[in-house]
Amino acid sequence: MSERTLRGRVAIAGIGETTYYKHGRSPDAEFKLALEAILHACRDAGIDPREVDGFASYGGDRSDGPRLAAALGIHELRFSNMHWGGGGGGVAAAVANAGAAVHAGMAHCVIAFRSLAQGQFARYGRGAQAAAASGDDAFLAPYGLMSPAQRFAMKITRFMTEHGIRHEALRAIALTSYFHAQTNPRAVMRGRPLDAAKYEDSRWIIEPFHRLFDCCMENDGAAAVLVVPAERARDMPHRPAYLLGAAQGGHHRSAAPVHNAPDYASAHFPTVARNLWSMAQLGPKDVDVLQAYENFTGGVLLGMIEHGMVSAEEANEFMVPENLRFDTGRLPLNTSGGNLAECYMHGLELVNEAVRQLRGTAPNQVRDPKVAMVIGGPMVTPVSSLILGTEETL
Amino acid sequence: MSKPYLPEGLPAPAQEPIALPYWEGTRAGRLVIQKCGGCGKHQWGPEWVCHRCHSFDLGWAEVAPRGRIYSWQRPHHPVHPALDGHGPYLIVLVELPGADGVRMVGNLLGDPMQEVTIGAEVEAVFEPHDGYTLVQWRLVG
Repeated sequence: MSERTLRGRVAIAGIGETTYYKHGRSPDAEFKLALEAILHACRDAGIDPREVDGFASYGGDRSDGPRLAAALGIHELRFSNMHWGGGGGGVAAAVANAGAAVHAGMAHCVIAFRSLAQGQFARYGRGAQAAAASGDDAFLAPYGLMSPAQRFAMKITRFMTEHGIRHEALRAIALTSYFHAQTNPRAVMRGRPLDAAKYEDSRWIIEPFHRLFDCCMENDGAAAVLVVPAERARDMPHRPAYLLGAAQGGHHRSAAPVHNAPDYASAHFPTVARNLWSMAQLGPKDVDVLQAYENFTGGVLLGMIEHGMVSAEEANEFMVPENLRFDTGRLPLNTSGGNLAECYMHGLELVNEAVRQLRGTAPNQVRDPKVAMVIGGPMVTPVSSLILGTEETL
Repeated sequence: MSKPYLPEGLPAPAQEPIALPYWEGTRAGRLVIQKCGGCGKHQWGPEWVCHRCHSFDLGWAEVAPRGRIYSWQRPHHPVHPALDGHGPYLIVLVELPGADGVRMVGNLLGDPMQEVTIGAEVEAVFEPHDGYTLVQWRLVG
């Protein structure tokens, strides 16, 4: 019986993105942004876009696969996939779903993508404006609990309080992202450096752990990756970024209603991380560069802890910018600026950055990385994460 | 009738059929949640099946309106037009030890800038609105 795994079976052969804009500033419609990112990924991989035969996305992306297939005149659509769950929880899962389809022979050449134009559609930071709240929201919205930050804030409060972790540990994440954005031509926050004083002076979004700079931006743009079988990727222009491991989901009742998840103060990675390491046949110490989705800095820390990258006990000491920078860091983090300072593209920009790091073409290039990891949007359900590697990790 | 904790104009609860006994209970000043007829355990929020024993025989039972603060937050940024200019307020997650540890979300009454302690004991306060009643919480003692 063959081993059931994606390890080394598929690779990302192309990456693409649009210009990244502040929210509401895109001159282009959301669907056009999706098309541009996909065409860029195909060009990067040196393939005719008509050869694409599948699309995978997440977060309820409005640019649906069949319409993309028609607009691009692709020859044949073989895989059309939307991953359940909100926000960026599904970013790694979308790439893995594309990979699973390719490996299973259901498709040959699949695009995983995300497109967002929040000027054209609604923003995330304001609650729904409906008069009546139904489902879970009936027990939350009347109390003024509506935004993503508010949905997660009490997980962070509980975790940080239980473990005595200081806000400075989260500040380090924000400072690192802004530091990296200053040398990334794609970054929306390039030219807007952040230091500790500016961070500490920023307004509270939510006490006790969400200052303005602990929260992601909201942006317009699109990003895409092209997933093909590993053997095909070897004949394509760029060094392949092989999928070594991927996992998605959530542990026991992590989606329980009205904040009743038994393990509440969690980013929901305990079982996902176990499955990820198991498929990758690697451990936290093997990761050379980490891209961890920042919806909020607290989620980054929780995700890192649940993947074993740092322990709660050592978080205060370890989480300082020097340990997280691309040049001096023991664990380089969010080397493009990520959701905080490059672009909030629901984490797809983190996948592109992981690929660039392995190719050796990132603006803040870590020295000779072999293993790059992406942690998808923490604290939602389902969550997902993935590990990419160079040829020598196979 | 005293003033509600938050300004009027926030979304009202839809009071859907699955949760109707809860909303009827709050209007009568009683805290009523789901209790499984199969295994006798409480669960919250409302669901069609018991997550422990898979019984569909989910009844409703009054529980002691007392709990402990499990976690909290103090939002400053207004997430709804009704909150524009209102200023910070407190949201608490309350664990009910008398009801198998289920948790409920509400506002913590009193000074919005008060210090909040995880584990502090609270009791329910029923806050009437036009057509529905919210369960709020205040510190005990």
